[in-house]
Amino acid sequence: MAKHPKLAEWEKNELAKSLSRFPERKEKFTNHGGEEILRLAAPENIDDAYLENLAFPGQYPYTRGVQPTMYRGRLWTMRQYAGFSSAAESNKRYRFLLEQGTTGLSVAFDLPTQIGYDSDDPMSVGEVGKVGVAIDSLADMETLFDQIPLDKVSTSMTINSPAAILLAMYVAVGEKQGVAPENIKGTIQNDVLKEYVARGTYIFPPKPSLRLITNIFQWCSQKTPAFNTISISGYHIREAGSTAVQEVAFTLANGCTYVQTALDAGLELDVFARRLAFFFNASSDLLEEVAKFRAARRLWARLMTERFGAKNPASLMLRFHTQTAGNTLTAQQIDNNIVRVTIQALAAVLGGTQSLHTNSKDEAHSLPTEASVRTALRTQQILAHESGVADTIDPLAGSYYIEALTDRIEREALALIDKIEESGGVVKCIEEGFIQRQIENAAYQYQLEIERGERIIVGMNRFQIQEDKKPPLLRVDPEVEKTQVAKLAEVKNNRNNEKVAALLTRLETAAQGSGNLMPIIYDSVKEYATLGEICNVMRKVFGEYKDRG
Amino acid sequence: METTHKYRVLIGKPGLDGHDRGAKFIARALRDAGFEVVYTGIRRSPEEIAAAAIQEDVDAVGLSSLSGAHIRLFPAVVEALRKAGAQDIPVLGGGVIPEEDIVTLKAAGIVEIFTPGTPIDKIISAYREACEKKSSV
Repeated sequence: MAKHPKLAEWEKNELAKSLSRFPERKEKFTNHGGEEILRLAAPENIDDAYLENLAFPGQYPYTRGVQPTMYRGRLWTMRQYAGFSSAAESNKRYRFLLEQGTTGLSVAFDLPTQIGYDSDDPMSVGEVGKVGVAIDSLADMETLFDQIPLDKVSTSMTINSPAAILLAMYVAVGEKQGVAPENIKGTIQNDVLKEYVARGTYIFPPKPSLRLITNIFQWCSQKTPAFNTISISGYHIREAGSTAVQEVAFTLANGCTYVQTALDAGLELDVFARRLAFFFNASSDLLEEVAKFRAARRLWARLMTERFGAKNPASLMLRFHTQTAGNTLTAQQIDNNIVRVTIQALAAVLGGTQSLHTNSKDEAHSLPTEASVRTALRTQQILAHESGVADTIDPLAGSYYIEALTDRIEREALALIDKIEESGGVVKCIEEGFIQRQIENAAYQYQLEIERGERIIVGMNRFQIQEDKKPPLLRVDPEVEKTQVAKLAEVKNNRNNEKVAALLTRLETAAQGSGNLMPIIYDSVKEYATLGEICNVMRKVFGEYKDRG
Repeated sequence: METTHKYRVLIGKPGLDGHDRGAKFIARALRDAGFEVVYTGIRRSPEEIAAAAIQEDVDAVGLSSLSGAHIRLFPAVVEALRKAGAQDIPVLGGGVIPEEDIVTLKAAGIVEIFTPGTPIDKIISAYREACEKKSSV
């Protein structure tokens, strides 16, 4: 049978172009036996429905992946989220991870940093260095990336409300290393909308938060064009208990809100949209998760085209990071968690993720130990190099079940997005608690099913054993708080305090106006103004958001 | 109507931790079990929680923390209640809490600590018991 003209066209255009720029990882992919592995399986009869709903990899609507060769060209980035205690301690862990073969860094900040408090703030007591690294000023950031060349690694930073400040510090560290801003690669999470419904590290009310986000889009499009300015996250929405459909719907609805806000501020769609990234959860329902990723990709491409009129293919592609589902890890029989993580990671890879974090088996007890982090990383490496799933593209496409589920998730997520729109948009739905209630109801139902034993969680509500041996725990030394507070005092002593005060006054005036705050924030961090000082100025002008419970 | 007293419980999230899936579940499950429940919302200081407990005249306080700050924050709530003269309100807690910390927390006056995987029925009975104990004093 002759090759379908559309397939031939894809091979001649997208595929050939991709191969010439990025050759595949191997000259020939073979199975045990030496037979060549098919790059892409496609139906014999390529009809209009196939072309409209699936098409070829790297082609609208990107159901089969955003790149023409997917993992045959380059494996996903293995990016382990890490950070705890002090900047020096975390720097050690990053260098360990790089030595072990991770290909990107992912910084976890402690809660005070994420909520814009310095380590000496009364609100920070007991939390310094606990769930991530404490960053008060540029001095900490310099320590965090000591001997890590910022032109060689890409860094993802889980930072939202104070994203502008941490981004400014990162760019400043790069400059000190001699790395030009345009060569800085990475991602800031910068997705405040989901903080109001799921993650909780908001500072300011929605409106000024959206302004800061738009300021970042604009500043980065000129200064750091290779940096992903936002990671629109469904991960935490899912962790809070949402369904797969809700995860897609709320995430993409948030995405549309960011796009609309930036358009309203006069930014050009095809300039900023290509730097939007996404972040999803990979839970244990393997087939549903694979369908979810494919549906999200297709739906975003359609929304960007149909609702916003985006033209540049890069603006249409939903590129995403995945983390395995922390909420599925059990505190009982923790070795079982390695199996859960494997299934979840497999779902992410079969779903075409661009980067992946695999959780460690001990995370239902504490931060992971080095040994368990290694196993989590090895899980990805086994999937990449031994399982064979990375050698062919979108291998589950065409399965009746997967395609039906992909269609269903897209349809239901779109209906929910439309419902939010009709109810006045995301911000209104957050303020009225509509989104929170939906998540809460789904979480409650799910937990009741577990409580009643209708949903089996192996080792927890079935197949239990008596366990005596406790897993080794990683603990953060309580001294870290004292050391960090002392370091902060030293920074404040050694900087030019007059300059800092003048900059903070300028920031306050700028915040009262409507201009872009990034340049002044950038100048301030370079003079070692602290995260807390900068946030307090903005708190004064913008006010604070409070959870209603 | 039953003649039994309807117990009131405050569920609080001390500190900066935003993980409230567990807290919200407990709040709702207690409600379904006949308790009156007030949920503070996330990011409350120990003093705010104690003040709310007194103002709402509750029979027990439940705390949740998943950030590792429980060791500082749970006893701080007990202390804040004591300072306000409300040491009779029992405090229970839950979250990602290592076993050796449970001993420390109980010594600091936390009545009961629940870790992941505890059946909800067990948690509800513990609240009922704590409330009964308080009202019988």
